[in-house]
Amino acid sequence: MLTKRLIACFDIISGRVTKAVNFQDNIDIAPAEQLAESLYNAGIDEIIFYDITASSEKRRIDIETVKRVAKCVFIPFAVGGGIKDLDDMYEALKAGAEKISIDSMAVRNPQIITEGAKAFGSQCVVLSTQVKRTDSKPSGYEVYIDGARIATGLDALEWIKRGQELGAGEICLNSIDCDGTLGGYDLRLMKMAEENLSIPLIASGGAGKPEHLRDLFTQTDAHAAIISSMLYSPRMDRNYSSGELKEYLLECGINMRR
Amino acid sequence: MIRVIDYKAGNAPSVMHAINRLGFKAQFACNASELEDASHIILPGVGSARATMDSLKEMDLMETLEAMVLHKKVFFLGICVGMQILFEYSEEENATCLGWLKGSVVKFDSSDIRVPQMGWNKVELTQSPINTPCSDYFYFVNSYYAVPLDNADIWGTANYGGTFTASVHRENIYATQFHIEKSGEAGLALLGGFLQC
Repeated sequence: MLTKRLIACFDIISGRVTKAVNFQDNIDIAPAEQLAESLYNAGIDEIIFYDITASSEKRRIDIETVKRVAKCVFIPFAVGGGIKDLDDMYEALKAGAEKISIDSMAVRNPQIITEGAKAFGSQCVVLSTQVKRTDSKPSGYEVYIDGARIATGLDALEWIKRGQELGAGEICLNSIDCDGTLGGYDLRLMKMAEENLSIPLIASGGAGKPEHLRDLFTQTDAHAAIISSMLYSPRMDRNYSSGELKEYLLECGINMRR
Repeated sequence: MIRVIDYKAGNAPSVMHAINRLGFKAQFACNASELEDASHIILPGVGSARATMDSLKEMDLMETLEAMVLHKKVFFLGICVGMQILFEYSEEENATCLGWLKGSVVKFDSSDIRVPQMGWNKVELTQSPINTPCSDYFYFVNSYYAVPLDNADIWGTANYGGTFTASVHRENIYATQFHIEKSGEAGLALLGGFLQC
């Protein structure tokens, strides 16, 4: 059967991986290809790369950095940020990415999900979304866009279900409340999401300890977990290699790729 | 020359990166004349069997491809949908395929597993000229899988709601349902074995 996946997430600014807390104060970590190669060698299962300033700077994704990363990792590699249309998707795929993550643009123009899935296959289209707790929506969560700054009025659960119907191959769901807190994933949110989806769910936001991954994989049917701080943030007391995380999860009875 | 068929919708660039990483040089092939000097032909694939067959026809590759692989016995590697089209028929959009191998391509039963299969699955590989018997993880993205009629064609198996054929090998023809180019060092090792043929 399939293993659970550990996915390293990169927030890219000018070709370098940075790390923010609650979408603020980015600190510089390393050149993207250097960190990608070292995580690949350590056994990470997948990499997601977000060009986090492309949208606000109104430019296309940093294709040169995509190319440099694609040349040194031989695992699935998703990219997002500044993707507006099929041409942008095609350029990113041609540069060596397997999957395209769309977020704010999908809210503005949901058809891009369907067009991307038709042109390149559903497996290429990852719908990433940022959600925040609220009492005003039926699911208890609302979708935010533009770096989690703008509330959309969309109910989170309705939106990801719609994303699936429109043709997304995976949903990457980030909890704004938990992001950067290192206090664990929002298990209630993730459980609700996976129970309502037939496509794989990637859980994001809050991982700070190996136990958080164990809880996610034992208490929900999420397929994959985004980790970043645990792997490389200098703000952590200690970092973890994907190898030691997997050993721990295997001991907990969770199926991982060695 | 190692040739990677590039039909502008697949993952040919990733395959090229993997070949280069292994220290080999390769060129894309977009038309029949570019296949004629091939020592190895790699057919990557995403999308459907029908779309892949249509692309091969539109690019006018069919005749040369068959001549090279079936008659000149040039080494061939199909990846993902590039494996599915080797069989006679695919359930997906009722596609007639190449028929180089006997059998058909059917859909996973989604009643108790999520379809598509997306992620790392363990494959048991039997011996072939490019590998010793082994068991390792490879990356899959598929809703359909091949059911070879001749068990001798089965090279690797994996489990997803039941055992399915993960790779096939017959003479000069190799094919993997998994993405050999995206399966880490295990994938690179197999690809390297193929390129050294």
